[in-house]
Amino acid sequence: MREKILYAIGIVTGALLVRNLYVILLQLPDEAKQDAIWRIFCFHLPAAIVSFTGFFVALVFSLIYLAKRNLKWDALAASATEVSFALAIVTLVTGSIWARIIWGVWWAWDPRLTSYFICLLIYSGYLMLRRVIDEPTTRGRLSSVLSIFGFTNIVIVWKSIEWWATLHPGPVLSIRSGGGGRMNPAMESAAWWNVLAIGLLTVMFVAMRMRQEDTRRELDALRRLAHTI
Amino acid sequence: MHYLRAVATIALKDLRSEFRSKEAINASLSFAMVVLLLLSFAFDPSSEQAREFSGGLLWLVFAFAGTLILNRSFARELGNDCLDALLASPLPSWALYVGKCISNWLLLMALELACLPVFGIFYSIDWTVRFDGLLLVIGLATWALTVIGTMFSALTVNLRLRELMLPILVYPMMIPALLGAIQLTTDLLAGRPLSADNMLWLRLLVGFDVIYTALAVALVDTVLIG
Repeated sequence: MREKILYAIGIVTGALLVRNLYVILLQLPDEAKQDAIWRIFCFHLPAAIVSFTGFFVALVFSLIYLAKRNLKWDALAASATEVSFALAIVTLVTGSIWARIIWGVWWAWDPRLTSYFICLLIYSGYLMLRRVIDEPTTRGRLSSVLSIFGFTNIVIVWKSIEWWATLHPGPVLSIRSGGGGRMNPAMESAAWWNVLAIGLLTVMFVAMRMRQEDTRRELDALRRLAHTI
Repeated sequence: MHYLRAVATIALKDLRSEFRSKEAINASLSFAMVVLLLLSFAFDPSSEQAREFSGGLLWLVFAFAGTLILNRSFARELGNDCLDALLASPLPSWALYVGKCISNWLLLMALELACLPVFGIFYSIDWTVRFDGLLLVIGLATWALTVIGTMFSALTVNLRLRELMLPILVYPMMIPALLGAIQLTTDLLAGRPLSADNMLWLRLLVGFDVIYTALAVALVDTVLIG
């Protein structure tokens, strides 16, 4: 049953991604000021939104793990963090390509870019920490604590956009009041559709990663059993 | 009252053992001197430019040398199973943690105050102009470094590759506090007072201290015992 749901999500995600690519690449015109490069925004923004959400979801799973001490939650937190980490790299790379064309440099030490990079470093620490702990319950416990510390840092990142003077383009989506809503509605809707597609893709990856974790736990248990025999 | 005494006992125990061996403070002080020297090769230390990033230089030195003290904080208890004995004692884990934080903070402050005159001589910077403000900033930012450093020292105490993991985890976490400290220190060293302009950074430092102290005190039991 679980397998079938996974396949269904996969098919919907694939169809949605093809539809979005068609709209973004073939239907929508070039942007007046940015030319063709604006299209990268349709991947940059969804990757950023989904990775942020993923880190938050990982935090929630970590908290649940600390409360319930069931390794299933720890596996979920780890999977969500891993997938979000990959998406965070996508965000930085797409942003960097856009910056090269529009700003003329690959990277600017703009506060928001820097803070996003810091988050990436924190979560790479999280993933490395998981690798050096062999005992599953200790791994779950310590990485959950790190996830809580890491996400607190993300909150500071989120606030940073208001605190520091910034080079990063201001909010362009209509849901942000004050300075928002300057984006062409058709272009904005393309970005939102991609949020959905990439969100579904993430759910699928996390579910797949979870299955791997389950298998690994089973293997560990069997190995321990073999040892005792 | 009972807990306060426990915190004081731990802090005094750590300070006493540090004063007897002087391992961490000697190592970090000489390391700080090495970093101060190395940084002078990176640019012309007598230039006007040096003044502009003096705050950054100073905090890099403090962060690098300070972690030498912080890293050892829990690891030193591993010999003779002292950590297990401490955890088995009637002392709550948070009291152990806070006690260690206090002793680390005092050691770090001593290290930093010893570095300041040397820094002033090497880079010809007058650090006495706004000393009261500087002391406040150093105190707050050092507490931020201490809280994070001690917590992660506890978190990694039983890991293999402990020495490798600590810097990877600790420095990215410290960045917001270091950022605030650098901005404020540069302002103060240039003779600008603490005012409405840089109050945001001071608030960031205070907020960082409060948030992470609360988090660490709440979570240290989970980290040390489970």
